Amino acid sequence: MVPSYIPLSYYLLLSGFLFACGVVGFLIKRNIITIFMSIELMLNGVNLSFVAFAAHWHALAGQVFVFFVMVVAAAEATVGLAIIIAVYRTRETLNVDQVNLLKL
Amino acid sequence: MNPNLNLWLIPVLPLAGAAINGFLGKRSSRQAVSAVALVFSGAAFAMTLWVAIRFASLSLPYQEFVAHWIRIVGFRADFAFYLDQLSLVMLLVVTGVGFLIHIYSVGYMWDDPSYYRFFSYLNLFMFFMLTLVLANNYLLMFIGWEGVGLASYLLIGFWFTKDSAASAGKKAFIVNRIGDFGFLIALFLLIKHFGSLSFDQVFRSISPLGVETAGAGTLTAIGLLLMVGAAGKSAQIPLYVWLPDAMEGPTPVSALIHAATMVTAGVYMVSRSHVIFERAPTALMVVAIIGTLTAFFAATIGIAQTDIKKVLAYSTISQLGYMFMACGVGAFSAGIFHLMTHAFFKGLLFLGAGSVIHAVGGEQDMRKMGGLRSYIPWTFLTMFIATLAIAGIPPLAGFWSKDEILWKAYQVSWVYWGVGVVTAFITSFYMFRLLYMTFFGDYRGGQEHEHGSHGHDAHGHGEPHESPTVMLVPLMILALLSLFGGFVGWGHHFEHFLAPVLGGESASEAATSITEWVLMGISILAAVSGWMLAHLLYSARPELPQKIADSLGDFYQAVVHKYYIDELYAVLFVKPLIEGSTRILWQDVDRKVIDASVNESADGARQVSDEVRQMQSGNIRSYAGWIAAGSAAVIAFMIWMGVR
Repeated sequence: MVPSYIPLSYYLLLSGFLFACGVVGFLIKRNIITIFMSIELMLNGVNLSFVAFAAHWHALAGQVFVFFVMVVAAAEATVGLAIIIAVYRTRETLNVDQVNLLKL
Repeated sequence: MNPNLNLWLIPVLPLAGAAINGFLGKRSSRQAVSAVALVFSGAAFAMTLWVAIRFASLSLPYQEFVAHWIRIVGFRADFAFYLDQLSLVMLLVVTGVGFLIHIYSVGYMWDDPSYYRFFSYLNLFMFFMLTLVLANNYLLMFIGWEGVGLASYLLIGFWFTKDSAASAGKKAFIVNRIGDFGFLIALFLLIKHFGSLSFDQVFRSISPLGVETAGAGTLTAIGLLLMVGAAGKSAQIPLYVWLPDAMEGPTPVSALIHAATMVTAGVYMVSRSHVIFERAPTALMVVAIIGTLTAFFAATIGIAQTDIKKVLAYSTISQLGYMFMACGVGAFSAGIFHLMTHAFFKGLLFLGAGSVIHAVGGEQDMRKMGGLRSYIPWTFLTMFIATLAIAGIPPLAGFWSKDEILWKAYQVSWVYWGVGVVTAFITSFYMFRLLYMTFFGDYRGGQEHEHGSHGHDAHGHGEPHESPTVMLVPLMILALLSLFGGFVGWGHHFEHFLAPVLGGESASEAATSITEWVLMGISILAAVSGWMLAHLLYSARPELPQKIADSLGDFYQAVVHKYYIDELYAVLFVKPLIEGSTRILWQDVDRKVIDASVNESADGARQVSDEVRQMQSGNIRSYAGWIAAGSAAVIAFMIWMGVR
């Protein structure tokens, strides 16, 4: 008997997979923009689990959380990208290993 | 109801003097320092006299509570003072002789650069000695006991830049520790069995107990341990070795601490504990045997010494032996009597010796003296009186007390008496030997003797000269006391006076028997023949002693070297201790165990840290990696445990 809806565990596995991809990318990548994208991937992995639970339990709180996360992520992306541009202008590189000093 | 005597002032006054001189003396003039020292010790003496005058009107024992000290359930020891006939006698001796010696020291120590330090120590000694004498419990007595040991250490090592003085101080202190160990154990036993250390309570709980027969019992153990303490402080066999070395101290110190007062503390303590000793015949017998042996052996060593102060030191040990012999035969009041007269004549002898040393510019070797009679007539006269007194020539002080002891000893056993009489003969001999070598014949010092070997006077002088008046006055007063001090024992007055404390057959005093007269005659004969022999050997035929010494050969050498006791102790105790401490305690235990464990644990900590600090790289991504790994570990753990 095939269930009429996709079970929660599928969503959670996908969510965990996305989050793990984010973590691994964050850890192994040198390029700031890639690291930045990895962070977004982790956020969205979490968002997915939020909505999955919200749908499963028929509760709105999870969906509300997702909106908050998206707002914060958007704000963060703005600021982060601005910083990345500033860093690139001053150092002419995006390799994090070469920007480990705050001082020039 | 007793009036408030404020007894606490008697010890505290010298303490104040010590504090003033100790803190301010360095910037004060010599006059100010001596004024402070004399005023405070004199005030203690005046206070004692005042107490003595009011003594008859007191109900005894007079006790004075000063302050709480230790109060634990069922046990208390307070700062409290105890005055009875015994402590009054001790008070008078300590403050009186002490005050005279303070006066003398003003002259003797005048040229010493550490003048103020000397008087500060001397006053400090008075404080502790008076605490010892006045304490109303064993614990406070022990404070005084240790305190006089400290003062003694400080004063023996007074000229501490001299190596021999510094090590003599250490020796005195360490040997005394052995004795104090016994004393302390005795105190613990008293607490264990009688729950108290105050004289009143201890003696009250012991009084109903019977005499311990057939050897050992608690009281015997306590008595023997107390005697160990007394042997340390009062320089008895086997712990007497520190006293001759203590002569490294300034001569007034030898007079006050190592002749007149501190070394008699053991006799005082044994007499104070007579209630215990009377019920422990074994302990009492040990006291008597130790005293008799010490009296005899120290006297024989005294014969062959050439250092004027060493002769007096061995004489002191010998006389202390007499006092313990007296205590051991149960004649405690005779012991205290001899303690008092001994304080007079031996204090005088030491002060006189100091005056002689002063006169010849620091020389202590009697072979380099001689003929001083005409140079220092007053010193000669007073020392002659003291010699007569210690030799036991009637009617001087020493005769009465020594004869009393010998008579009491005879009643117990003729052996004690026999050894005592022989010792009296030897005493008389070596004392007159000292007198003849020092004051008679021709002056052998000559011009070549170097000055200031004793640090105290560097004023150049070719001729021996008499000491200043400030030194002679105490000599004269002590000479008068040595002359007439014995008469307090006339008709057993002294014994009757102490009877309420020390007991004794005061009521049924046997009429002076023929035996007593005969014994008295024999001891006088011994004294006079000792004198005659000394006269023969050191005045009439001065070439004889060397011949006798040569003919005796090895035995004479053994006596000169004090029977090699110091060497024996060095081999038996000192060397094993030093070797053991060096090899085992230092090189094995300290270095290989204690140091090693500290170093190893430090090394271990560093190695672990070296590994662990790799985690803190400062690299954000490595931190993130650790966080991820940590979270993964937590999740894995939760899954594995099946947490729901």
